[in-house]
Amino acid sequence: MSIAFGNPDRPNSYIGKTVPRPNAEKLVQGRGRYVDDITLPRMVHVAFVRSQLAHARITGIDTEAAKAVKGVLRVFTGPDLAEVCTPWVGVLAHLKGLKSPPQHALAVDRACWVGEPVVAVVATTRAAAEEAATLVEVDYDPLPAVTDTMTALDPDTPLIHPDLGDNLAFQRLHEEGDVDAALAEAHKVVSARFRTARHTGVTLEPRSILVDWNPAEGQMTAWHATQAPHMMQTVLATHLDIPESRVRVICGDVGGSYGIKVHVYPDEVATAAIARVMARPVKFIADRLESFTSDIHARDHEIEARIAVAEDGKILAIDVDDWTGIGPYSVYPRTSAIEGNQVVNLCGGPYDFANYRAQTTVVFQNKAPTCQYRAVGHPIAVAITEGLVDMAAAAIGMDPVEIRRRNMYADDAYPVTSPAKMRFEGLSHHASMNKLMEMIDYDALRADQAEARKQGKHRGIGIASFIELTNPSPFMYGIGGARISAQDGCTVRMDPDGSVVALSGVTEQGQGTEAMLSQVVAEGVGVTPDKVRVITGDTQVTPYGGGTWASRGAGIGGEAALQAARALRESILAVAASMLQADAGKLDIRAGQVVDADSGEERMPLEELGRIVYFRGDTLPKDLPRELVQTRHFITMDYPFAFTNGVQASYLEVDTDTGVVTLLKHWCVEDCGRVINPQLVDEQIRGGIVQGLGGALYEEIHYDEDGQLLNGSMADYLVPMAGEMPDMQIGHVETPTGESELGAKGAGEAGTAGAPAAVMNAINDALRPMGAQVTEMPFTPERILRALGKIDD
Amino acid sequence: MTAAFSDKVDIELTVNGEPVEGRVPAGQHLVDFLRQTLGLTGAHASCEHGVCGACTLRVDGQAVRGCLMLAAQADGAEVWTVEGLTEQGSSRDLQQAFVARNALQCGFCTPGMIVAAEDLLARGGVPSRAEIREHLSGNYCRCTGYEAIVDAVEDVAQARAGKGTA
Repeated sequence: MSIAFGNPDRPNSYIGKTVPRPNAEKLVQGRGRYVDDITLPRMVHVAFVRSQLAHARITGIDTEAAKAVKGVLRVFTGPDLAEVCTPWVGVLAHLKGLKSPPQHALAVDRACWVGEPVVAVVATTRAAAEEAATLVEVDYDPLPAVTDTMTALDPDTPLIHPDLGDNLAFQRLHEEGDVDAALAEAHKVVSARFRTARHTGVTLEPRSILVDWNPAEGQMTAWHATQAPHMMQTVLATHLDIPESRVRVICGDVGGSYGIKVHVYPDEVATAAIARVMARPVKFIADRLESFTSDIHARDHEIEARIAVAEDGKILAIDVDDWTGIGPYSVYPRTSAIEGNQVVNLCGGPYDFANYRAQTTVVFQNKAPTCQYRAVGHPIAVAITEGLVDMAAAAIGMDPVEIRRRNMYADDAYPVTSPAKMRFEGLSHHASMNKLMEMIDYDALRADQAEARKQGKHRGIGIASFIELTNPSPFMYGIGGARISAQDGCTVRMDPDGSVVALSGVTEQGQGTEAMLSQVVAEGVGVTPDKVRVITGDTQVTPYGGGTWASRGAGIGGEAALQAARALRESILAVAASMLQADAGKLDIRAGQVVDADSGEERMPLEELGRIVYFRGDTLPKDLPRELVQTRHFITMDYPFAFTNGVQASYLEVDTDTGVVTLLKHWCVEDCGRVINPQLVDEQIRGGIVQGLGGALYEEIHYDEDGQLLNGSMADYLVPMAGEMPDMQIGHVETPTGESELGAKGAGEAGTAGAPAAVMNAINDALRPMGAQVTEMPFTPERILRALGKIDD
Repeated sequence: MTAAFSDKVDIELTVNGEPVEGRVPAGQHLVDFLRQTLGLTGAHASCEHGVCGACTLRVDGQAVRGCLMLAAQADGAEVWTVEGLTEQGSSRDLQQAFVARNALQCGFCTPGMIVAAEDLLARGGVPSRAEIREHLSGNYCRCTGYEAIVDAVEDVAQARAGKGTA
């Protein structure tokens, strides 16, 4: 029996409704339990001495003064930990040619970026560990630092890793059709240089891990602020030589992730290695200042791109040359080539065109490593594509909405394969654009813009269509050899009181995963959501799964939960049918009651069924299956990824005297397939938009030419504040995926994907009458004034 | 260590209405004393340099950064944390509004956000959305995009004002 999603009045209709998050109440009361809230007996604290040079040979380490500090127990150097922890290499087989050197938990011989951990100091208090860390004397022999992406491959640029032969980590060229011919014959060719700034996630909870090694049990337990507990279980087991079954990773409340907490960090592995050596609990909580130099960075791209269009606005070709600098190591195990690879995969995404060429060149640098951060590659690809489309529209005198309508895949064209060889099962670009036009009242907005212009106010409207990659299959990491599960599982059981417990391999970082699971399971079984208790984030307890990243929680974890819940429903009904001498097919479960499916008449509460099964099983037929627990796993098979689509609009005002941009309003229409919880989806999109707006207007990590990080504090690295952010209106079109019964795709990254491009286009819409244009993010007052020619020094 | 430069300080204060005594390291921040010594882990240490607001506490009626104030400075003070506000019930409506509006995701900023919002609401009246946004600009949230928080605070301001005039 399938769920009649089209009928909102169906029984147990929790999927598609806003239900409260079961874990929100404890968080507003300050009763969350984040890693730093946990204190264990005999627990010690570790602080790290980090390289202050971007590239240097380590010639000596003097730890005597540090060891003399009261409370200090041990000091570890790179060679010390290398004895108990093997190095790792961040490559994947399907990213052909990707190379990276072995990376250690603590630098051995050589430090390669400012912030790389070099020495670990363990003390009874964090304050003592931090104080002692400042007393460790490391002698460095400076080496030349490579900091510029575009010259990293020049013959006279020093090599960061001489053994690798060059500073090239990865390069991929994709060509489809005949780009050169299309460029030569086009009515107009528009080219531009784009830049997206290096930025970082700034999770409010810094990276946190607490690891205990119990030699008596031969078991390691890690309380870890992570998105992927099972992946971390494998990593710790592999590099610390512990059987995988003897590593337990527990992920309780996590204070924000956005991709930052899905990677393997040397200081976190070092913490586990130290716990292994000291056989007692060791806690590492990153200090905010070291977060800026040691959390992954992202989005440091420079792009030359061209678009060729016909007289009628049809896109003839897109040509993209993307460069990115990733730091000295490709991050393990997901690699730092994925972001550039995504740019190649996603440019031109919404549009039906024939000739496409894109190359990404990924180089090593002596800066903090970059890796996957929310909406990986999307904000870059969308900025390139939508920036070019707007410029082309201006060049041929066409409305930006009209040029998009002339090029977007028709809503009935699917399935299609894009020039980037991405396969789209079903998207809704036109329906989404139509909905957006209604929401923003495009004509009225244009009239307001014109009226404002008369008063000397320069307002702009920016549109950005986009696609978003969600629900990844093993094509993302598994085929490259990484032990990262694309499959996910859920175990659902009914307890004697008729309540239901769901154990899931996906994790909660605040998105509302547990609420989503509770309503899916509630509907699948036939109980109210408050009767479902959700357990996530414990590798010893939950089914094996991938965790939460790449917008997979609802689409993959939700489907596994639905199938497990439906299976449990069948098990319950089989027992009920026996007890009631009825046909299981004519019974249903509604709000915790076994009922007659046709009349709705209540036949038996679930707690009565539970009482009989668990305490009076003797009264049931001997051969009756009575397992009130079911597990199902789900993996996508038909498509490598479930693409979603959407379109955003930004309305803003540029002060041409100060260069300050004021965001007036922001809109997003998103098609993430079946919406399970409208409020949670809207809030994911709003939060994502604001992270994108941060990248568009404020966020930029600055390094000098020696590789020194210049703005590594919250006071210097700007993130969006409440006062600067606009209200955001969110709308939906629903095109469920046919891969699952639930039909859900991901929604976590759409906001971040499209917001920077929408803002860029809006600023350029405002500036166009003055002949000015900006393409380098963030769009700071200085950059806008330079574009206007008001600063030229 | 001479007596004149003792690295420990004796303090007596009131925390969430209960008397507390402690002998604290001179350099210990108030938020660390609350979290580590008293087990009040509701206030969070995030930036530890006074920018993000995750450690916001109420000290003698003022919203204060727990990472900028030393525990030793709290001698004689009256300190309230989110745990105390919860037990006292004075922020019940605001907490309910946060849950109803999903004005929190990861929840790490939320205790500080609640204390900061109460600081604004205590002034009475119904602040405009722009005033709410301005007041909360010392409290960073990376998850929500702020709109839901503004909605929740606005709802509570209106409800409290309505009660006041009824």
